[in-house]
Amino acid sequence: MPINDNAFSTALSLILSMDSALISIVMLSLQVSLMAVLIASLLALPLGAALALWHFPGRNAVIVALNALMGLPPVVAGLCVYLLLSRAGPLGEWGLLFSPTAMVIAQVILVLPIIAALTRQQIEALHSEYAEQLNSLGLSRQRMIPTLLWDARFALLTVILAGFGRASAEVGAVMIVGGNIDGVTRVMTTSIVLETSKGNLPMALGLGIILLALVTMINAIAHMIGETAKRRLG
Amino acid sequence: MMKTTAFITAGTLALGWSSTLIAADGYITLASTTSTENSGLFGAIIPAFTEESGIEVRVVAVGTGQAFEIARRGDADSLLVHDTVGEEQFVADGYATQRLDVMYNDFVIVGPSDDPADISESETVSDAMQRIAESESPFASRGDDSGTHRAELRLWEDAGVTPQGGWYRELGSGMGPTLNTAAGMNAYSFTDRATWVAFENPQDLKLLFEGDEALFNQYGSLLLSEEQHPHLKHALAAQWHEWLVSEQGQQAIADFEVAGEQLFFPNAE
Amino acid sequence: MNAHHIPPVTTLELDSVGFIHRDQTLLKPTSLRLAGCQRTLIMGPNGAGKSLLMRLAHGLLTPTSGKVRWQGEQPAQAMVFQRPVLLRRSALDNLTYVLAIIKTPRPELKLLARKAQAMSALEKFGLTHLAKRPARVLSGGEQQRLALARAWLLNPRVLFLDEPTSALDPAAIKAVEDAVLEFHHSGTRIVMTTHDLHQARRLADDVLFMHNGELLEHTLANDFFTAPTSSEAAAFIRGELVW
Repeated sequence: MPINDNAFSTALSLILSMDSALISIVMLSLQVSLMAVLIASLLALPLGAALALWHFPGRNAVIVALNALMGLPPVVAGLCVYLLLSRAGPLGEWGLLFSPTAMVIAQVILVLPIIAALTRQQIEALHSEYAEQLNSLGLSRQRMIPTLLWDARFALLTVILAGFGRASAEVGAVMIVGGNIDGVTRVMTTSIVLETSKGNLPMALGLGIILLALVTMINAIAHMIGETAKRRLG
Repeated sequence: MMKTTAFITAGTLALGWSSTLIAADGYITLASTTSTENSGLFGAIIPAFTEESGIEVRVVAVGTGQAFEIARRGDADSLLVHDTVGEEQFVADGYATQRLDVMYNDFVIVGPSDDPADISESETVSDAMQRIAESESPFASRGDDSGTHRAELRLWEDAGVTPQGGWYRELGSGMGPTLNTAAGMNAYSFTDRATWVAFENPQDLKLLFEGDEALFNQYGSLLLSEEQHPHLKHALAAQWHEWLVSEQGQQAIADFEVAGEQLFFPNAE
Repeated sequence: MNAHHIPPVTTLELDSVGFIHRDQTLLKPTSLRLAGCQRTLIMGPNGAGKSLLMRLAHGLLTPTSGKVRWQGEQPAQAMVFQRPVLLRRSALDNLTYVLAIIKTPRPELKLLARKAQAMSALEKFGLTHLAKRPARVLSGGEQQRLALARAWLLNPRVLFLDEPTSALDPAAIKAVEDAVLEFHHSGTRIVMTTHDLHQARRLADDVLFMHNGELLEHTLANDFFTAPTSSEAAAFIRGELVW
C-alpha cells in the first residue's frame, strides 16, 4: 500500500487502488458488525418491548442493569467472551475463538443492551399513547408487541443505528476474541490499532477516514429510507 | 422494523463470509509477539511455508505474557516468543514438550537525538542505563510483562538500578504504542531492533545504544503438549515448528529485510 | 327501529361499583342497570366521573369495589375516544389492522377481502378519497370519522363514545352525530358522554347525570330536561353549573 504523509491523500489512494486486502478488511468489518446488529435486534427489540409492557418484581433492576450495560467497556465484553470461548472455558469445545463468529458474539453483547434499553423507552412512550385503544380492541400485551414495534419503526431505526455505531466503532472486544489475524479476523478498527502501533499514523488515519465514510454512508441510506417512508406513511 | 431487518439481512448476505473460505489444506493458530508481526517478518516467511506445506498460519500477535497465557489455555496450536527463561519454564511446567532456538535479533536503546544522558558514549548497556537513571531522563517502559519488558527489567537489575520515580514511565502498552509515546514525550526507550527499524513515526528519536552482547534477543519456537491439549492441531503445528529450523525456514528468515537491513538472524542448531 | 332480526342487546349491570385512586374517591359506589337498545348520554360537569364510569363499564379499568356484570354473554363492544388514537399507518391500514386482529378470528377474511371490507367502511363514512393518506395527518373531524369506521368494522353491540365531538367544528359534529344514529339504527346500544346540552337533547333516550363522582339521576331524557330531581341537575341545565 502506498504511504503518504497526508492521511486524506492516503485514504484517497487506498480507496482508488482498490487494494484487495483493504477490501476484504472492509467487507469483514461490515459483515461482523451488521450480523451482530441483526442478531442483537432480533433479540433486543422484543425484549425491550416486553420490558416496556410487563411490570414484574425486579423490573427496575433489569432496566438499570441494561442502562449500565450500555456503557460496558468493549474490552470487558471481549474478555468475557474470550474466557467463554477459550479451550479452557465452558464453550471451548465449539472452537470458535479467533474467528469472525467470536467477534459477532462479542459485538452482540455490546449492542444488545443499547437496543433493548432504547427500545424499552420508545415502546413505553408509544404504549402510553396506544394502551387504551389497544385494550379496547381486546389485544393481549403479547399481541401488542408487533403493533407497537411496527408503529415505532422510525424511532427504532435510529435505535438500531446507534447499536451499529457502537459495533462498528469498537476495537477492544474484536481485538481480544478475533486476534487481529491477517485475512481472517482483521477488521477496520484492529487494522487502525495495528498501523498506529507500527507508527504508520497516516495509514491509520486513512483507514479511520474510510471507516467513518462507510458508517456515514450506511447512516445516510438508513436516514433516507426512514425519511421517505415517514413522508409516505406519516 | 421489518424493512430495517430486511435491509440489514440483505446487506449481510450479499457480503457473505468470504474471508473464511480462503483456508488452504488446513490452518494453525500461532501465538506470537508483536515484534515479529509488526516488523513484517511473518508476512514474508509464512507464504513460503504455506506454499510448501499447504498449511495456513494464522498469527495472533500479542505480548509474550499474553501469548503464553493463550497457549496455556489451549487457544493456539503453536507458540513463537522471545523469553528464553519463560519458555524453559513453560516446558518444565509441562505445557510444551520441546523448545528450539529459531533466530535472534537484538534490543537497542533509542532516545532524543541530543542524548541528554550521553548514553551513546557508554561502553556497556549497564553503564547506559545507569546514566539514564542518574540524569533522571524520561524513560518509557513497556510495563506489560512482554518479552521485551522482561528483558528490560533484567537489564536494570544487572545495572544495579531500581527504576522508579517521575522519570520512569510504565506505559502498559505494546512496543509500537510505547515508541509512539516515547516519541511524543521525547523519552528514552528500550526496543527490539525489528520494531524500531520498521517504525515510521520516530519524530526526534534516534538509535543511541546498540551492540552489547547482553542485548541479545533470542526467539524460540515451542511444540505444545499433546497431553495438556489433545484437541490442538499438533501434526500441523509440528510441521511448522520443524520448518522454522529447517534450511528453507532459516533461509527465509535470513532473506527478510526492511530498508535493506536484515532484522532477524537465524541460529537454529 | 329495525332491530327485530338482531338479538337483543344484553343488559349491563353495575353493582356498587366504586373507584379509588391514591386514597381519592373518584367514583362513589354506584349501582346502575342499562337495558335495551337505548342511546344513553352521561352528563355532568368536568371531573364528575363520566369518563371513568364509561371506562369501568367498557372494562378498560377494574373497579376497586363492586362488580360490572353483563347478563349472559359479554357482547362485542367498541369505544371511540375524545382524541382518536390512530396507528401510524394509512387510513386504510388502520382499518385492515382491526380486521386482522379482531378477537373472533375469521379465516375466510383474507387480505383482499379485508381490504374490500375496509374500503366499504371508508366509503360509508365518506373517507374513500383519504384511504392512502397517513391517518395522523387527517383533520380532527376526519380522524374521528376514521375512528368510527374502525368501530363499525368491529360490529359492536355496544358502542361507548367519550366526548367524541368536543374538539370538532359544527360540520364535523354533525357527521359524528349522524354516525352515532347510524350505529343505533343498525342495533347498536349507545353509551356516550357529553357536556353539550344541545347534543344531549338531540341524541339522548335516557340520561345519567353525574356530579362529584356520584351518579345523581338516571331518567328518561324528556324527564331530565323538563323536571330534573336534583338541584345540581337543575343548575346544570340552567347553565349555572359550569364545567
